[in-house]
Amino acid sequence: MIHAIGLFGRLYLTSIRAKMQYRAAFILLVCGTFFIGAMEALGIWALFDRFGNLGVWSLAHVAFLYGTVNIVFSSVDITARGFDTFGAGLIQTGQFDRVLVRPTYVAILVASRDVGLHQLGRLLQGLLVFAYALYALDIDWTVGKVLLYVFAVIGMYVFFFGIQIIRATMCFWTIETLELVNMFSHGGQETAQYPMSIYNESFTKFFTYVIPLACVAYFPIVAVLEVDEPLGSTMLFQYLSPLAAFVFFGCCLFFWFFGVKRYQSTGS
Amino acid sequence: MSIIQVEGLTKSFRIAERKAGFFGAVSGLFSRHYRNVEALRDVSFEINAGELVGYIGPNGAGKSTTIKILAGILVPSSGRCEVNGRVPWRQRRDHVASIGVVFGQRTQLWWDLPVIESFDLLRDIYRVSQDRYVATRDELIELLDLRDFLDTPVRQLSLGQRVRCDIAASLLHEPTIVFLDEPTIGLDAVSQLSVRAFIKQIAEERHVTVLLTTHDLDDIEAICDRLIVINDGNLLLDGTIDDLRSRYGDGRYIAVELESFKDVPHEHEDLVVERSDSHILFCIENDVPAFINHVLAEYPVKDLLVTHPPIERVVASMYQTERIAS
Amino acid sequence: MISWRGYLAVVVARFRVLLQYRAAAVAGIVTQIFWGCIKIMVLAAFFAVAVETPPMTFEAVVVYIWLGQVFLGLLPWNHDSELEELFRSGGVAYELLRPLDLYWFWFARTLAFRTAPTLLRMLPGTLFAVAILPVIGLPEWALTAPASVMHGLVFLVSFIGMVLLSCAVSILISISMFWMLEARGLVVITTGVVPVLSGMVVPLPLFPDWAQPFLQAQPFRGLCDVPFRLYSGDIPLELAGQEIAFQFAWVLVLILLGYALIAHARKRVVVQGG
Repeated sequence: MIHAIGLFGRLYLTSIRAKMQYRAAFILLVCGTFFIGAMEALGIWALFDRFGNLGVWSLAHVAFLYGTVNIVFSSVDITARGFDTFGAGLIQTGQFDRVLVRPTYVAILVASRDVGLHQLGRLLQGLLVFAYALYALDIDWTVGKVLLYVFAVIGMYVFFFGIQIIRATMCFWTIETLELVNMFSHGGQETAQYPMSIYNESFTKFFTYVIPLACVAYFPIVAVLEVDEPLGSTMLFQYLSPLAAFVFFGCCLFFWFFGVKRYQSTGS
Repeated sequence: MSIIQVEGLTKSFRIAERKAGFFGAVSGLFSRHYRNVEALRDVSFEINAGELVGYIGPNGAGKSTTIKILAGILVPSSGRCEVNGRVPWRQRRDHVASIGVVFGQRTQLWWDLPVIESFDLLRDIYRVSQDRYVATRDELIELLDLRDFLDTPVRQLSLGQRVRCDIAASLLHEPTIVFLDEPTIGLDAVSQLSVRAFIKQIAEERHVTVLLTTHDLDDIEAICDRLIVINDGNLLLDGTIDDLRSRYGDGRYIAVELESFKDVPHEHEDLVVERSDSHILFCIENDVPAFINHVLAEYPVKDLLVTHPPIERVVASMYQTERIAS
Repeated sequence: MISWRGYLAVVVARFRVLLQYRAAAVAGIVTQIFWGCIKIMVLAAFFAVAVETPPMTFEAVVVYIWLGQVFLGLLPWNHDSELEELFRSGGVAYELLRPLDLYWFWFARTLAFRTAPTLLRMLPGTLFAVAILPVIGLPEWALTAPASVMHGLVFLVSFIGMVLLSCAVSILISISMFWMLEARGLVVITTGVVPVLSGMVVPLPLFPDWAQPFLQAQPFRGLCDVPFRLYSGDIPLELAGQEIAFQFAWVLVLILLGYALIAHARKRVVVQGG
């Protein structure tokens, strides 16, 4: 296992160095993700400017949520992009056969094959929005809240990573339906930028019990920000909810192993 | 001692069919037809340690499927298969640590990195100790003459150089068996010759068992002691090149280009494969020199070329013979 | 000029390729509906807490969002990657050899690239927005008919303007690749700017009042804001002629610009010998 982690590190650094060979393109893409994120934030700002606060949620509260979600989402893309580009990069080119003749964990070779360094722009943009939120909110941080926030962030990371694994696994069957998974990755990112309580009830339930997005991107954040929670969740639930993301991740991994097995029997 | 044992290996795939044309595409929206393709049908063979075996057949014959099963990438539909005493797909990680694989059309090297760094990464992936790694690596660099482009990014290598590096990369962890899938495909004549020589030399010096797929008979002649022919998923022949020759004829193609197409004798029609105004292609089974003399004497010859018949033709004639026999 | 058949053949071929991706089409439609619902829920939440009367009605916003989703593929926010590959591989030299006018050849190609997937995908999405939403108890989210028959007709005219404008913008991006293979820079900027300035991200009237004079003057408005508000009646019929003239004026300007740039690029390629 230690060897596996070390190997991931080495391969990951290698992918970064390979990306750095195209420096101009890299800088351009970083600027691009920053810019696109900024345009999106501009849209949110415009709505607050026009309508005023969303109930108890001020622009700063939403900025806290938006910042967190975008920091985590871009981090997943930066560290696990190999799964995101799995279909086009490994399956369609037949390179996955090459991965299977290596005596190590398939997931490590896949994850480290590509890095989404261009998402550094998005990461920076998320950090700036988050910094604004911290400055504007003056949160009363306690040890419990810090721990909960860290728990939620790790849970959110694991959640979005799990979605990428599902996306990659689907490539064993078809690469034509990938857009559907975007609904949960980019769609999830977009959804989680606003408090879940504003959405339709069945929609919120789906994103709590089926795809546990609200368990990392809403309930724990409510507890950290100490805002009213109209869905009626208890404090205990808010603190424990990120656990759901880890269960979800386990299911995603299981699906992945199933997919690899199936690839070995169909070869396509 | 057999190091590879294959018994009754069968593999079938289900393939979705698409209809051609505009209406075909529209109807594809609603229903799809599948058909079963038998890639391998009851294939059996054994390979002993140290053998150099050529595995040939036309495109789509089942060569790659066999290699993928032996490499642990694919699970067969039925049949038994053991390599080094292991079932490849059941003990994948242990199994692949003891084999080397080269897919001729794709590289295993990191596209944007210098060759030597790909080698270093492979050392980590295969967990080779530093001493052994350095010794093997330097020996391979010497043998394959890679020194001049070790620091060149792979994307800048010529195909011949890249294939040599790929072969070296597949041997760094000192595997006992190497699978080479079309290693000479697309190479120019000079690179083809050198790659063949390398494979032969390395196999002898490092005592590895080699299974090589190709659809070029010359590869087999230059490298292999033994030959397995497959077509349509069926094993057609397992023997030496001489077996192939004695059973299906040691034919040569003689392509003749003519000065003029007047006064051309119309004879030996049974030997003519193709005829156009200024070209005739003969396929000769016996006494090639005598026939060439005859052609030079009787025809207004401008140019003449002798080659091996393409593998498709050998296999076709073999297939025909087998069908008549059965 | 060669007959229109050459251009028609380009359009038909593209349709045929795209039809083969049936699963992709289904996935695209579901995603489209999902995004539309999220956007509507967000705006509904804001409308629910509005203190002052917003500059447009919620019904008009719903129309704006659904039309935006249904016609998403028509907008020049991404580019024709096949064309980019053509530049990268040098295959663009062959394009210059074809016996067709290059600008209109690319126009036909872009028109098909934009309309083929959209026309295929718009029906299920529209059906959902029009018929299914009221049935499942969400009539306030549903896409309604145009404000009047007259509004419907001016929308149709404006829709044509929207498609032409989108193609003209796409081609300008493609042409820029003659000058820099790293046209991705321009692509990145358009990907960020076009959704905001067209009204895809937030309907333009909802932006602050002080920004309106600028927003109302820029060409990308013709991509969403003008046709969608004509449909919902948010723009009164008296102003329809003026707004459509605004759209087509920009179409003309951008086509002339593209034409001039292509002529210039062509000269350059000839000078360089191919």
